[in-house]
Amino acid sequence: MQTYNENSTLLQPRSRRTVLKWSGSAVATIAISGGLLPNFGISSALAADLGKGDIGVLNYAYALEQLEAAFYMKVIDSPYNDMPDAEKLALTDIRDHEVAHRDFLKNALAEKAIPDLEVDFSKVDFTKRESVLGTAKVFEDLGVSAYNGAGKLIKNPDYLLAAGKIVSVEARHAATIRDMLQPGSVAFADPEVVDKNGLDGAKPSAEVLKAAGPFIKTQVTANSIVGMK
Amino acid sequence: MNTQPFLGRLDPELVSRLVGNRRGLFTSAAKSLGLFASAPLVLAAASSEVFGAALPKQIVDTLNFALTLEHIEDAFYRTALEKNFIPKEHQEVFTNIGLHEAQHVKFLSGALGSAAVKRPQADFTAGGKYSDVFTNFDTFLTLAQTFEDLGVAAYKGQAGNLMENGDILTAALQIHSVEARHAAIVRRIGGKKAWDSAFDEPKTKEDVLAAAKPFLKA
Repeated sequence: MQTYNENSTLLQPRSRRTVLKWSGSAVATIAISGGLLPNFGISSALAADLGKGDIGVLNYAYALEQLEAAFYMKVIDSPYNDMPDAEKLALTDIRDHEVAHRDFLKNALAEKAIPDLEVDFSKVDFTKRESVLGTAKVFEDLGVSAYNGAGKLIKNPDYLLAAGKIVSVEARHAATIRDMLQPGSVAFADPEVVDKNGLDGAKPSAEVLKAAGPFIKTQVTANSIVGMK
Repeated sequence: MNTQPFLGRLDPELVSRLVGNRRGLFTSAAKSLGLFASAPLVLAAASSEVFGAALPKQIVDTLNFALTLEHIEDAFYRTALEKNFIPKEHQEVFTNIGLHEAQHVKFLSGALGSAAVKRPQADFTAGGKYSDVFTNFDTFLTLAQTFEDLGVAAYKGQAGNLMENGDILTAALQIHSVEARHAAIVRRIGGKKAWDSAFDEPKTKEDVLAAAKPFLKA
């Protein structure tokens, strides 16, 4: 069933391709900023192409927002033990934001949107605060660095602005989650995420997808967002 | 982890373009900044020399606008920390924020080189309206939130003007999200939500300057 990815691996020049094989059943193969992956007679239900250029970048963001939205929905559906009211309020807001981001991107992409991703949170213990907030911290910092890294690839200034409207909210989330984990400390913007020039992270798509990989069942092939290294 | 130096994160082709064929310029930039200047600052200085007049006016103007805001923030936290009125439990946070603002000033100044605007003269009482800004922690927090949220909205509003240069745009976005982290923590310290909604709105340069104007000496 999953011959598509193998075929493309054989046929794609190595330098143009970053193939990430993710665990779990292969439901769909997604080419980030595709156009490079030929569709070897595989049905469109199994292979979704992110499209070129801005569409590819928006689908990349859409994939991450799907992951975050699914995560926080579960967090609020099954709160960790003794979740304080203040934390529930903040996490509910964050869930609502991620759902709004996801829906905004889906709406903007319309028929060009990738399918729903199947997520895998089996490594997260939703009854434990440390496990939930620790995962949230990873997702939020990753989201910030993903948007920061992808901004320069966007051609349409309206899309760049839309991404900007989302990324600073992700940064607010990141600071909040980090402060929940280490209250009153400099964790909100410590050297783990802010460098010596006072700059936040900016990661290439391959690195982001690799980090997100363990949480996504859907097999995703990141097929070189142009300009990303 | 994000401890990798900026230079290391730059496209190697860009680095070689900036530095590789212009070792003399790179060395002179290093000399002018001193032996211990960080690699990114030297690179930034070298790049501003390299690009010089070639750096488009739109980008110079935008970076100078950003630098003006960073100067205001930098002076704000530096003054506050000198006045020694910030409650002990929050001093570490504001020291960290102040450090970032100083780093932003350095970074942008380095990128602009001789085109950088001068540090503006600030009046954080806004002509007496906030006379207790550096004695009353609540007043200070109100202004800190104002400056941080304003910074986020300002960078966001200017991103489109930096699209011509991907590396400069990326650096601006990296500052933008740090300002958002600051805004979030300042709001939390003030007992507020760290956000207004799912989407942060941008502000135009005119709106930002109008909001900053009361804090600048004429």
